[in-house]
Amino acid sequence: MAYLELDRVAKQFGTQTVVDDFSLSVGKGEFISFLGPSGCGKTTTLQMIAGFLDPTRGAIRLEGKDLTAIHPAKRGLGIVFQSYALFPHMTAAENVAFGLEMRNVPRNERAERVRSALAMVGLAGYEDRHPRRMSGGQQQRVALARALVIKPSVLLLDEPLSNLDAKLREEMQIELRQIQRTVGTTTILVTHDQNEAMSLSDRIVVMSQGKIEQIGTPQETYEKPASAFVSQFLGKTNDFAGTIDRTATPAQLVAGSWSAPAPVGLSGPVTVSIRPERIGFGDAGLSAKIITRIFQGNHWLFQCDSECGPAIVIRQNDGKAQPGEGETVRLIWRPEDMSVRARTVA
Amino acid sequence: MSMAAEERSVRAPWALTAPALMLFVGVLLIPLVMTVMLSFHDWGQYKGIEPVFILKNWHEIATDPYYAEMFWRTFRIAILTTVLTALLGAPEAYILNRMSGRWKSFFLLVILGPLLISVVARTLGWALLFGGNNGLVNKLLMSLGVMRSPIPFMFTETGMVIALAHVMMPFMVLSVWAALQRLDPQIENAAMSLGAGPVTIIRRIIMPQIMPGVLSGAIIVFSLSASAFATPAIIGGRRLKVAATLAYDEFLNTLNWPLGAAVATLLLVALVLIVVGSNALIERRYAEVFR
Ligand SMILES: Nc1ncnc2c1ncn2[C@@H]1O[C@H](COP(=O)(O)OP(=O)(O)OP(=O)(O)O)[C@@H](O)[C@H]1O
Ligand SMILES: [Mg+2]
Repeated sequence: MAYLELDRVAKQFGTQTVVDDFSLSVGKGEFISFLGPSGCGKTTTLQMIAGFLDPTRGAIRLEGKDLTAIHPAKRGLGIVFQSYALFPHMTAAENVAFGLEMRNVPRNERAERVRSALAMVGLAGYEDRHPRRMSGGQQQRVALARALVIKPSVLLLDEPLSNLDAKLREEMQIELRQIQRTVGTTTILVTHDQNEAMSLSDRIVVMSQGKIEQIGTPQETYEKPASAFVSQFLGKTNDFAGTIDRTATPAQLVAGSWSAPAPVGLSGPVTVSIRPERIGFGDAGLSAKIITRIFQGNHWLFQCDSECGPAIVIRQNDGKAQPGEGETVRLIWRPEDMSVRARTVA
Repeated sequence: MSMAAEERSVRAPWALTAPALMLFVGVLLIPLVMTVMLSFHDWGQYKGIEPVFILKNWHEIATDPYYAEMFWRTFRIAILTTVLTALLGAPEAYILNRMSGRWKSFFLLVILGPLLISVVARTLGWALLFGGNNGLVNKLLMSLGVMRSPIPFMFTETGMVIALAHVMMPFMVLSVWAALQRLDPQIENAAMSLGAGPVTIIRRIIMPQIMPGVLSGAIIVFSLSASAFATPAIIGGRRLKVAATLAYDEFLNTLNWPLGAAVATLLLVALVLIVVGSNALIERRYAEVFR
């Protein structure tokens, strides 16, 4: 049975529908990411779970019980805000202890739990610091400890890492994942960083304009994107205009001078999407001219001008010679590496 | 850097601030020094001001209980006014801050609007409502038979405190408002998610964070109230004097300028000491919130 369940949840501000028909069931201990561009309704959805906003329609259930009927102060969820929202007039330890105080945890136990929560996030010895005297990463850890110390049924994280620099963000991602694994708390992370979503979560909910585009494991959403939006949003992708010719036998999928047996179902104009790292150079295939070649250490990045428009190709740096700028090449890929969607011709 | 350039860079700030500095010295410092000097001069009904150095005025202020009482009244009124504005102004600013867009700007205008009206006009309003038998409210209450004599408002300390609090309220609200703007917009949600109820949130989370704003508002209101002239002059008249109205009377009615100067100097020194002292205390106490 689902642990946390969102059932056709919708939120309107005035006449503007910000979240629509949002259904999701989260298993106990699962790590879910809400991924989508700015303004797509991620925070709004999270705030409805937290109880700071009431859904216009739909139900939210935790272990089968209606969550919307419970006051936010009684929901027992742990929340880390984008701005951290630490209490600046309290020390790190007092911040972490606050939730326990509200639960009337006896003083001795409280001190012990605060100490171990701060130790867990790597802040042992920082008990008496005030938040304003801590770095962004340290504040972020205090906020995490404050949310986790109350043993929340669900941990909600609203872009907790977006204020950190790239290196610290990567460190915190690894740490966050480790902590979540050891504590086993069901977690929902809001992010617009696809790498963050992919490296942390069990499943990703890709959102666009208040609607769910796809729910799936990081691998599924990357390799089998359900829509053009998902494939564009998760990593780079090449879209080539092609056609399926059903008059030929066997039916052919043609994109420029590249062709392959047509997949079943579609016919007429289609879009062929291939990830840059799945394209290789061969003897026959889509003809393209290399515009720029960029060396990026472990891989090469080629920007090409192909018969079907611009194309990006990524090749592993395996020590072999690579074609140079200005050379004409043929682009090839395996049929199983592409996804084909119907294309509406304007 | 060459010697000339170095010299120029040392002199430039002085040259640039010179006009403002001269204005400051001319209109503030010189009159101030003259007032202090004046307070040591002698004065007689028939001989006028005599430029000698004596401690007569200071001795009089120190020994005559009239002055002690008057100064004590001045600061009592200022303290009560400050407490009243804090008690009303802080919640007012908080409520205002929670209002949604349009109402917020409307009520902010209502609260700050009085700043555009002269203090005299605002205080006269109180006098029109509560002044003696002809005050509107008094008339109404008496004709309704609610009371037999007018509410004691004019020439009372209570009246002065109420009128001053009304005049000073915008300063307190603005000061607390500024402190509220510095709060994290999610801070109340954060406290709520940890299980805090509305009262706990205000007492444990909001109050400690806006306290510096309340206290700096209090310093402003206190110093303005202690040195206020117009409101005490209208409500208290010549019957209930405070330091500012007394100094005025000595200058313009008794014509005992040296004594007036001594009263004014003492008020200034006391205010500066109180304000600087409490400011230092507050900054030490709230170091982590101010940072
Ligand atoms: N209180 C509100 N009143 C009206 N509209 C709102 C309100 N809160 C959010 N919105 C609108 O709802 C939409 C979604 O907002 P939301 O904060 O959920 O986006 P988000 O996905 O979290 O974006 P970001 O990544 O920028 O944080 C936005 O278009 C926003 O303008
Ligand atoms: Mg957001």
